[in-house]
Amino acid sequence: MRSLPRWMLLPALLGGLFVLLPLISMGLRVQWGSFGALVTSESSLQALRLSLQTSSTSALVCVVLGVPMSLVLARSSFRGLSLLRSLVLIPLVLPPVVGGIALLYTFGRQGLLGQHFELLGLQVAFSTTAVVLAQTFVALPFLVISLEGALRTAGTRYEAAAASLGARPTRVMLQVTLPLMMPALLSGTVLSFARALGEFGATITFAGSLQGTTRTLPLEIYLQRESDPEAAVALSFVLMIVAVLIIAVARRRVVA
Amino acid sequence: MKPRSRLAAAAAGLVLLAAGCGGAGDTAAGGEASAEDTTLLVFAAASLQEPFEDLAEQFEAQNEGVDVQLNFAGSSTLVEQIQQGAPADVFASANTSNMGKLVEADLHGAEPVDFTSNTLMIAVPAGNPAEVTNLASLTEEELNLVVCAPEVPCGAATETVEEAAGLTFSPVSEEQSVTDVLNKVTSGEADAGLVYVTDVKKAGDAAWGIDFPESDAAVNIYPITTVKGTENAELGQEFVDLVRREDGQELLAGYGFAGV
Repeated sequence: MRSLPRWMLLPALLGGLFVLLPLISMGLRVQWGSFGALVTSESSLQALRLSLQTSSTSALVCVVLGVPMSLVLARSSFRGLSLLRSLVLIPLVLPPVVGGIALLYTFGRQGLLGQHFELLGLQVAFSTTAVVLAQTFVALPFLVISLEGALRTAGTRYEAAAASLGARPTRVMLQVTLPLMMPALLSGTVLSFARALGEFGATITFAGSLQGTTRTLPLEIYLQRESDPEAAVALSFVLMIVAVLIIAVARRRVVA
Repeated sequence: MKPRSRLAAAAAGLVLLAAGCGGAGDTAAGGEASAEDTTLLVFAAASLQEPFEDLAEQFEAQNEGVDVQLNFAGSSTLVEQIQQGAPADVFASANTSNMGKLVEADLHGAEPVDFTSNTLMIAVPAGNPAEVTNLASLTEEELNLVVCAPEVPCGAATETVEEAAGLTFSPVSEEQSVTDVLNKVTSGEADAGLVYVTDVKKAGDAAWGIDFPESDAAVNIYPITTVKGTENAELGQEFVDLVRREDGQELLAGYGFAGV
């Protein structure tokens, strides 16, 4: 702390207040008397369950696809690599609603791929699969960007050493690269899970909204705001608690 | 031009632009001792966007020095904004219950009056691929039906119609707003949706509308009023009068709205 210039404390404090104050204000608005009843209603519980299920699945898909993606981006060199990287990270800067529209034109009933699925009797639209697709689309870049950064920072010394000792590429990846990447992988996974949990725009545009099938917690909160603002506040508080828990658990793991 | 002076010019331009968009209290330019420029803030339900943009233009043409600013959103959002202190002179709601919230909060400037109505209609993608003919055909198993969630006004109307017809829908999605339903239909994701007559009209060729007699059970009434405490109460009342006048009503009818 001593090495920090003292003037930095003021903006740091302001920033902290800026983040915390709205959360505190919301906490003050919660009607604690009816809190239990509001958050344990059938629709709330279903929304929470669906949110946790789909976000976990999305985080898993992000790991399966994102780890190889970040390895390719960090460890290979070919023409157009940097262009490819910016293209892959587009969902980071895209408004989620735009992502939802793009997914619609891909997996929708008349979409590029969707129309062929339709012939096979498969329908993605309005299904829980659509929710997972929307969440994965927005969450994947978070995992890729954090993992790729860590890979670049770590460098290739250990990998080169392992290879020079005769290890095959797969063995180098499994026994050297991935263990080194564990903290970054974990925090990247948590980040993508959290992003998936908060996903709203792409889901409502692409997947629709039906209790138990596609109506995740953020969609339920937005809908409840129409008729029962109290319930919306209570549910927002639940979502906030879930988010805090995830961050706490993840940080502990990473530090340990 | 040096970069810095160019920047200054850009900043000056921005300031001018901001001044141009300024709210009430801007004084009118010119030597005429005319009235000051007044901004009339009209909060209107999202479904009223097209006719109210026309009405605002007409009102501005009839009242020199008056600038009508429109704020469109869901009726419940608008009431909430007014309750939280958002400046509004006129409020037009898409249903009586949200107007009721305003009255309950004692924020209405005058007794709300009903000025138009809207009824539900079946919307299908152009070509009607699922061959929908009437309300009963919406219950067919293979059909992708999209409706509004019961929590929002169009969903409440859907439930009423459902009960009146003695049918039970099993929609694949219950959307947040009638626009979301319409988008699902025009993009071909849904085979049918229940929206308002005005929405089908808005969709043009992308969606076809199918009338059904049971829609009489859930006619949506739109009330309008001035907001309490506004400085422009008189002007606000004039806007309300325009909406209710024959030319205002004709304009609304052109967008598919019905009388009350």
